[in-house]
Amino acid sequence: MFELLSFGDTGWGDDLLKGAVITVQLALCSVALGFSLGLMLAILKLSRFALLRWLAEAYTLFVRGVPEFLILLLVFFGSEQLINSALASLGSEATIAVPKFAAAVAGLSLIFAAYSCEVFRGAYLSVPPGQMEAAEAVGMTKMQGFMRIRMPQLWRFAIPGLGNLWMVMLKDTSLAAVIALDELLRVAKVAGESTSNPLMFFVTAGLIYLCLTALSDILRDKAEKSAQKGVVSQ
Amino acid sequence: MSFYQTAKYAVSDATCAVVGPISPDSFAKFCPRFVDGTFVTIELLVLSCSLGLLIAISVAFARLSSNRILRNAAFVYSYVFRGTPLLVQLWIVYFGIGSLGADNLGLLWPLFKDGWTIGLIVLTLNTGSYVSEILRGGLVNIPKGQMEAAVAAGMTWFQSMFHIMLPQAFKIAWPAYGNEVVLLMKGSALVSTITVLDLMGQTRTVFARSYNLEVYAYSAILYLLMAGAITLLFKFGENRMKTE
Repeated sequence: MFELLSFGDTGWGDDLLKGAVITVQLALCSVALGFSLGLMLAILKLSRFALLRWLAEAYTLFVRGVPEFLILLLVFFGSEQLINSALASLGSEATIAVPKFAAAVAGLSLIFAAYSCEVFRGAYLSVPPGQMEAAEAVGMTKMQGFMRIRMPQLWRFAIPGLGNLWMVMLKDTSLAAVIALDELLRVAKVAGESTSNPLMFFVTAGLIYLCLTALSDILRDKAEKSAQKGVVSQ
Repeated sequence: MSFYQTAKYAVSDATCAVVGPISPDSFAKFCPRFVDGTFVTIELLVLSCSLGLLIAISVAFARLSSNRILRNAAFVYSYVFRGTPLLVQLWIVYFGIGSLGADNLGLLWPLFKDGWTIGLIVLTLNTGSYVSEILRGGLVNIPKGQMEAAVAAGMTWFQSMFHIMLPQAFKIAWPAYGNEVVLLMKGSALVSTITVLDLMGQTRTVFARSYNLEVYAYSAILYLLMAGAITLLFKFGENRMKTE
């Protein structure tokens, strides 16, 4: 039974591994993009202008209340219709198929942005205002104070939350299997169907996910410890 | 059960009679489907939430128990369910175990041939693992002396847990528990991949017929309403606890 998992032409081992690589790539790309979007949202949420704050608030409220699965499908089908109707209105006959990987990254990063912006906002507010006043009092400009005082400390507060979100992202990438992107779960499904042994392949995929999250768990602990370096615990 | 069915149809008819005329055609045409799907989602949520809570309490106790085997088993359960995607868990059971067929599964077969039952079982086990972790966090944050005092005052271990420790753990864990229920509601949409016609399942069916993206927007609104209701419910509970 286990020769099905071997590498090479007869086994599915290399295919599963490739799927796992795509899963990690998908998670990394989505986190990178979602991270930047999340920072922007956090800036909007801390803005002086009520309208910007409300817009950001409405966005996070939406993402937090709607299933990830629905958002992914909406982005997948929506982006294609949007682009093609835009092309049609420009008088073009061409239709474009949005690459599945791009659609999945777009969907997942939109989700990550909504959750990470809360983490950033919380971390920003965790730095006591007295410190910023002190920075100004010793003659730093606002920008200097931000870069030298607030930024270095912000990470300390943000890392535990971001670590959690990374784990959530790793698991959410499996949703891309439903739009037939060849990531780990989808490969396992195809392998299971063509060898009529779905149980073994799904369990193998599950174990690979478990290894990935366990590894992330260890790395997160390390990152948290190093972020806490030099901090006196109360 | 039949009374419940009748009541559901009545609610469905009434809702669509009121909402139908004032909503866009693309919604009004499929209104009963959306309402039915919402019912299925709510049923799954309520059942998996309550059953999951029972599992979570037992597992949280097991994790704090002095028996090493019990402690490790509880840890492995919560680690495995929290470390793998819900979709993988659903597919392992539905496509994986389900593929073993009636001959191999014997008496268990009726449980595994139906998407709804599997959905309920997996959602329950999944939320049980997360909630047990939340509860454990609450329990370890209560000063040990309280438990010792309760036992010293003549309560048994279970009495002290249920009368002294758990109520306080719930108070601490309440906001996190509320978040988990919303996440569970969102996660329940995945049962649509194993043929369950919950709100997401109905939405995908309607979309496959009409290829109209508005369908997803209506579904999103319904999910948002449910998320809002859950949040309000938990806020209400929080206020009640504060005034006690």
